[in-house]
Amino acid sequence: MLAKRIIPCLDVSAGRVVKGVNFVELRDAGDPVEIAKRYDEQGADEITFLDITASSDARDIILHVVERVADQVFIPLTVGGGVRTVEDVRRLLNAGADKVSINTAAVNNPQVVHDASSKVGSQCIVVAIDAKQTAPGKWQVFTHGGRNNTGLDAIEWAQRVEALGAGEILLTSMDRDGTKAGFDLGLTRAVSDAVRIPVIASGGVGTLEHLAEGVSTGRADAVLAASIFHFGQHTVREAKELMRSHGIEVRL
Amino acid sequence: MTTVAIIDYGMGNLRSVAKAVEHVAPGHSIHVTCDPAVVAAADRVVFPGQGAMPDCMRELELRGLRPAVLEAAATKPFLGICIGQQMLFEHSEEGNVPGLGVFKGEVVRFRDADMVGADGARLKVPHMGWNEVWQGREHALWEGIPDGERFYFVHSYYVSPSDPAVTAAETLYGRRFTSAVARANIFAVQFHPEKSAQAGLRLLSNFIRWAP
Repeated sequence: MLAKRIIPCLDVSAGRVVKGVNFVELRDAGDPVEIAKRYDEQGADEITFLDITASSDARDIILHVVERVADQVFIPLTVGGGVRTVEDVRRLLNAGADKVSINTAAVNNPQVVHDASSKVGSQCIVVAIDAKQTAPGKWQVFTHGGRNNTGLDAIEWAQRVEALGAGEILLTSMDRDGTKAGFDLGLTRAVSDAVRIPVIASGGVGTLEHLAEGVSTGRADAVLAASIFHFGQHTVREAKELMRSHGIEVRL
Repeated sequence: MTTVAIIDYGMGNLRSVAKAVEHVAPGHSIHVTCDPAVVAAADRVVFPGQGAMPDCMRELELRGLRPAVLEAAATKPFLGICIGQQMLFEHSEEGNVPGLGVFKGEVVRFRDADMVGADGARLKVPHMGWNEVWQGREHALWEGIPDGERFYFVHSYYVSPSDPAVTAAETLYGRRFTSAVARANIFAVQFHPEKSAQAGLRLLSNFIRWAP
């Protein structure tokens, strides 16, 4: 059977991992290559880099990071953050990314999802959706870290990007992001049931049980987490063992 | 030293394939190439592919690579990966295009009717992630790889060989499908060994040493 995936996410700024990390014996705590290798050794199924570089001068640094990681880590690599054009997508793929995640640019110009997937294949295109609950059973799509309500219904938007050619959806609950209170399982389930492409649940993981819930109750195909792994609280292997104990198929 | 040609027909990024082959074949000569002469001169050939098969076939033809691919598939250790495996078959449902016809059979899409998991939940297409590869028989490329080992897949179509004897592995996703084929000097897989961690590197390493 297909395994449910666990995907550690690293926030990268100007070539350095910026969230705190606490790996034992890690020579350079902020080096994306070292950290990616460590996650690979722990059994991560993929790795996601979110480029949060603010300065436009430093934007190309992520390409070198991707090159260095892809030369040494032989699992799938997704890169997102600031991806606006088909050319941005192409450059990241050429640097060694396997998938590229598009967020705000997809909202501003949905055609970019179609153009990018036509050019490089749906399997390379992830659309990131940041959603907030606005009423019981209703979620809307937000941009700019949850500050800007686009007015789009999250479920309809997910179906639309699927039709435009997205190969996967990275779904983040902006209500839960950073809270450690667990995924928004209602949102995850609603989106996962509404589309035929895989859905990655994100936002709110505080315990290993939360990861298992995302898959079992939320019906996510993959779960993404950052701080639970960064701070040395848990390894990816521990997460998989816990999921397996809940009867979830994992790669161990 | 052996020379390995990785065939580049302009469809997507071959960096990952090249880096993974370099990783398992230090000191060997690895060429990512669109030059039929380089393919002809190589000791071994890797035939990768991603995207849509109609585009891949068109680009292959435009670059005049068809004869070189057919010649390599007939004469030397040859590894097809993903669309590179699918193109070896006679025909694909994707875009209704003919393939190279090295193997008899069709490339078909996962059927909606099959896409129901054991728990009743819908199985997503593309089939994306790590799934078990059940080896149908012994083969030099499986050496050191446990039966049922997981490899990384991302695809919506799979090969359906006319001759079941060429099936070298099967995988379960809604239904059992052929995830590897082998015949004489050819081995071809639906999954991505270059993205399949240690198991994938082992398969590539086996390919570099393979003497069919």
